[in-house]
Amino acid sequence: MFPANVSTLNTYNDLYPDWTQREVSTGTTIMAVEFEGGVVIGADSRTTTGAYIANRVTDKLTPIHERIFCCRSGSAADTQAIADAVTYQLGFHSIELDEAPLVQTAASLFREMCYRYREELMAGIIVAGWDPRRGGQVYTVPVGGMMTRQPVSVGGSGSSYIYGYVDSNYRAGMSKEECLKFTAEALALAMERDGSSGGVVRLAVISEQGVERQAILGNQLPKFSTV
Amino acid sequence: MALSNVLEPAVSGFNFENSTRNIVLENGSEEGKIKAPKPMKTGTTIAGVVYKDGVVLGADTRATSEEVVADKMCAKIHYIAPNIYCCGAGTAADTEKTTDMLSSNLTIFSMNSGRNPRVVMAVNILQDMLFRYRGMIGAHLILGGVDCTGSHLYTVGPYGSMDKVPYLAMGSGKLPALGILEDRFKGNMDLEEAKALVSDAIHAGIMSDLGSGNNIDLCVITKEGVDYIRPHRESLYNYKRQAKYKYKPGTTPVLTKTVNQLELVHETVQMMETAGSS
Repeated sequence: MFPANVSTLNTYNDLYPDWTQREVSTGTTIMAVEFEGGVVIGADSRTTTGAYIANRVTDKLTPIHERIFCCRSGSAADTQAIADAVTYQLGFHSIELDEAPLVQTAASLFREMCYRYREELMAGIIVAGWDPRRGGQVYTVPVGGMMTRQPVSVGGSGSSYIYGYVDSNYRAGMSKEECLKFTAEALALAMERDGSSGGVVRLAVISEQGVERQAILGNQLPKFSTV
Repeated sequence: MALSNVLEPAVSGFNFENSTRNIVLENGSEEGKIKAPKPMKTGTTIAGVVYKDGVVLGADTRATSEEVVADKMCAKIHYIAPNIYCCGAGTAADTEKTTDMLSSNLTIFSMNSGRNPRVVMAVNILQDMLFRYRGMIGAHLILGGVDCTGSHLYTVGPYGSMDKVPYLAMGSGKLPALGILEDRFKGNMDLEEAKALVSDAIHAGIMSDLGSGNNIDLCVITKEGVDYIRPHRESLYNYKRQAKYKYKPGTTPVLTKTVNQLELVHETVQMMETAGSS
């Protein structure tokens, strides 16, 4: 999978164009998991400008439609502008069709914008939601404008630290509670190691019944080894 | 490959490429000596807090031009709408013009729709404009206001990013100001507590930042109206001018006087095609 952030220890490499090594000023950890009947999405709450935390209670889980959310990572300005544009386009499309939009449509709209303006934008987005046709789905649209569906997806600068955890702990067919626990623990681990991720863990469950949101505060985060 | 101009690999760590060149320039021969340019500070401390009945915005009043204070009583809290005010930090010209344009847009909207503008509208218009200019407009703004949906406080950055939070500080003096806010902010404060908190936050910025100083302005916005307190707290170091600098008429002697009568030679009237004429 194309990583959202490439370590600067890699010297010039044809596979990773120059602009992926530019410093991302808003580090993040975002994650989304599919389960039977919906999706669980999660994000940290830190926005940084350089070494200063501009907002320690950011909400990076942005509603695009009633049962479709996007998790934003990368430049705050770029992702907010893209999310606003896609919200408008998807809303218009949904009214024209007179039915709930598909998650794949939302992801395609994100992909169109992120790919067309790839030189100007720095945005890594995970689109997740529930639609009546295909149930819970997670699509990832990383920097560069690729789009692919995955059962579990992580993104942002903190994601590098939890690929191992996610790969070894994900099982297909987890229940909603298991997914919530899995996401919360993965995000807590990433926030522990990544300086650009931190604050609270924001979680949301999207299913046929609607959207349930929760926040896990700093002192209630899952704890691991204190080494 | 996306970019055709990728020539050099990115290096990690600090870049000292220009330090030898700078040393040579500064210590060159007597004629060739070049003074290092001074960093230009557009210092400010601005802050905002949401309290029980509305929003309190605060700002210092110093405008600097390098090391000289250009304006000791500049107004950094700008009018946007009767129920929305905006503090601006960053390039003074940019904040001034941006807030003026925003105010005009919202007035036109009010007239067209017959409604009071909402704070979120102002934020969206600002975001659109600043994102379009890709950070070239150096405006770091704190928007506060009370509308039919409640009291709101937003910050908009120069690249077009926005955050909605209950308390905020911006500008070069934001770090000391934020220290005070983080320590003493509570939800649902009453008016006097909120005013004292914002005033102390700005005061901390003034004490700890060279680019901020002079007086403290406050602006209290509630459902009932706006109380623009300018100044709320005056600087202890106000210097009273000792002498007058006005010159009496006649100070400069008149040496000669010549009068040229202009003669009306020819007058014509030309009718214009305007929308009203038939």
